[in-house]
Amino acid sequence: MKILSLKQILVILVVIFSVTYSLPTFYNEVPNWLSSINAKKMNLGLDLKGGVHFLMQVDLDEVIDNKSRKFSNDIRSQLRKSKIRYKSFNFENNKIIIDFFSDENFQKAENLINSNYQNAFDIIKTENNVMQLTISENTLNELRIAAIKQNTTTLRNRVNELGVAEPIVQQSGKTRIVVELPGVKDTTRAKEIIGATATLEFKMVDEDSDAFAAEESNQVMFNSKLYYDDAGQPVLLKRNVILTGENIVDASSGFDRNSRPSVNITLDGPGSKRFASTTEDNIGKLMAVLFIESKSESREIKGENKRVTKKYEKIISIATIQERLSKSFQITGLDSPKQARDLALYLRAGSMAAPMYIIEERTVGPSLGADNIEKGKISVIIGLILVLLFMTYYYRTFGLFANTALVLNILIIVSVMSLIPGAVLTLPGIAGIVLTVGMAVDANVLIFERVKEEIKNGSTPLASIELGYKKAFSTIADANITTLIASIILFIFGTGPIKGFAVTLSIGVISSMFTAIVVTRVLANIIYERSSKLKTKELSI
Amino acid sequence: MRTININFEFMKWHKSAVYVSIFLILLSIFSIFAKGFNYGVDFKGGTIIEISFSNVAPIDEIRDFLNVNNYSKSSAQYFGSKNDILIRMPNIASTNESNLSNNLVLDLKQEFNFSLKRVEYVGAQVGEELRDQGILAALIALILIMIYIALRFEYRFSIGAILALIHDVILIMGIFSVSQIEFNLSVFAAILAVIGYSLNDTIVVFDRIRENFKAAIIENTNTVSLVNQSINQTLSRTLITSLTTILVLISLIIFGGEILFGFSFALLIGVIIGTYSSIYIASSTLLLLNISAKDVTIEVDEEQP
Repeated sequence: MKILSLKQILVILVVIFSVTYSLPTFYNEVPNWLSSINAKKMNLGLDLKGGVHFLMQVDLDEVIDNKSRKFSNDIRSQLRKSKIRYKSFNFENNKIIIDFFSDENFQKAENLINSNYQNAFDIIKTENNVMQLTISENTLNELRIAAIKQNTTTLRNRVNELGVAEPIVQQSGKTRIVVELPGVKDTTRAKEIIGATATLEFKMVDEDSDAFAAEESNQVMFNSKLYYDDAGQPVLLKRNVILTGENIVDASSGFDRNSRPSVNITLDGPGSKRFASTTEDNIGKLMAVLFIESKSESREIKGENKRVTKKYEKIISIATIQERLSKSFQITGLDSPKQARDLALYLRAGSMAAPMYIIEERTVGPSLGADNIEKGKISVIIGLILVLLFMTYYYRTFGLFANTALVLNILIIVSVMSLIPGAVLTLPGIAGIVLTVGMAVDANVLIFERVKEEIKNGSTPLASIELGYKKAFSTIADANITTLIASIILFIFGTGPIKGFAVTLSIGVISSMFTAIVVTRVLANIIYERSSKLKTKELSI
Repeated sequence: MRTININFEFMKWHKSAVYVSIFLILLSIFSIFAKGFNYGVDFKGGTIIEISFSNVAPIDEIRDFLNVNNYSKSSAQYFGSKNDILIRMPNIASTNESNLSNNLVLDLKQEFNFSLKRVEYVGAQVGEELRDQGILAALIALILIMIYIALRFEYRFSIGAILALIHDVILIMGIFSVSQIEFNLSVFAAILAVIGYSLNDTIVVFDRIRENFKAAIIENTNTVSLVNQSINQTLSRTLITSLTTILVLISLIIFGGEILFGFSFALLIGVIIGTYSSIYIASSTLLLLNISAKDVTIEVDEEQP
């Protein structure tokens, strides 16, 4: 018995591999023996299985604005504490400009800021004794990265609360987050949950000043801010925040003794310590709970749609501190049980570092997904049958070689697609397979036409086969490499379903080179090589 | 052994072909500037909502409903079958842009009984980005391909190939502009695929021209007839591959559904135009650039001393 050649062994291995790993896709339930060798079904894209895809834009400018305002307030109070005197202190366009009385003060301030903020600022002396502070590029980047990371984590927590199977939440580019929720039909609820930025803040009521007078004169002490309560009465709250949503580790909704909707809150270590000491010191005084929501709106400004973030602040409760509060307590004053439930969810999931808004949505209903699969299947099958018939008619036995290669090519695409983690089959992806079916035979057509030419030129059948494969090779390689360049570019720049097209096309191009050149050659050798006295007319091409 | 035996003097017509192509390109460019494209939401931003009825969809009632209920900027049309309707809404500045589709669906649900098949919302900013990225991607692909061909062949070949590709892309876009068939992301993907495909054809022809040049250096045959001979030698391959590709594309157009129509259509015309351009545009360019057998062989000699 003849020993198998290396090529033959390779082809046999590829056949076994691709048949095994493409099998699960053709089963409804994957049999155990296949699962045990890690064979899986192809991952389907949302356009095939139904669901919703969101692209969220994170408003990082807002984070920077907030952070620099906070820096500015902190620095001002630090200067005051250290008794470093200045003529003026201005904050605009995220720049802090301080005019000091003397060079000595300037130096002291510079040392103070450098030691407290470790190079977070670029300090420039613009004029004599005038200091200009801008947040350094490094710090800005760190802030941005931290913000988007926090938003992604929070979003993931929230999405998990939605109870969706296999959701995807991942950062996309520098300022965006992709959310994919397979099987979700009601996008209203999903949008509400992922878009909201609600959080809480606890502040003391400023009882020393007269809120009505402040409202009338429109003048408020710098450490207080004017709000209105539910009844529309003015209330002054101290700027100093006792607690924010970030200190909350757990929250659940329920009802209080008077069956009003409530939220039960549990604080983290530092939060409960601070809360305990503040409440202990202020027994008998008023504390307010602020509900804060940032909403991004698009507005027409000078004919262009622009994004602005609006902050909605609402006092949900003001109560006298009766006792020292610490780790867990209850708040009330919410409009409805639903608001309580949602607020508890947002607090549990953690706060958003920056407001976000949806800039792209693609929702596919489950019926359309199934419909798309059906249509994709039919077009692949019909297209395949047409090509198989044509090739058999035109090239006879060699046509059968090409057909074997073609079917194997499809199996390879399916098996590779199901093995690559993260590769998903989309409707355009199926179109890519269909297109591959049409184009994959090209390599064989090139070879077979060459073989025919050689026969016409008078070469012997075996020499014609040999020369045909040899001469066609460089053409096939050039042609496929350029197609591969185009599909790789498509993969890099494409999004979602288009990427799916690029993936199947690339895999198809690569595997078709193997099947069209190696597989058909092995088949031709098996059939024809035995008879060295092969006559030209016996060559069925 | 089945063969296609054609011996056609393609290059006899190469100048007329160039004039026809230039005319068609000018026409396409004119239409692109005058009429523009019927951009889909991918590129223009906006929302589309596809809804499905169990019977024939009451399209007139839905249009009336949209007009009466402050959705007058939206339009409705059948999609694929008479049971399905596609509603298009432009982006409107509002407190919650991405919720507009939900509101419309809720409003419609009160009057009609349908199932929601698909919603696509693309913000204006994303639309612009997708368009810019698309143009960038096409340019990068063209440049890389040009470099590859220049390395593998000779610079004149790469000019020929690129001109053929630009010709194909402009004509496809022209047809989309004239017919006002929706131009969306998948049509764009199809155009890039056509770039790959048409190039396939061009390279096969070029490869043969190079091979024949190398063989002919001693005989000093006329360049035009050599190019002509090369095209005829590869003609059966060109026709067969185009045929199999057209077969699967027809299957895709008939059975692939409305969503893939633009994509399949762009590919179909691309394959036809691409076949033509690799014969006429790519090869004519070589002749117009005065290529001759010795350019190729000298090149090769330098490569392999």
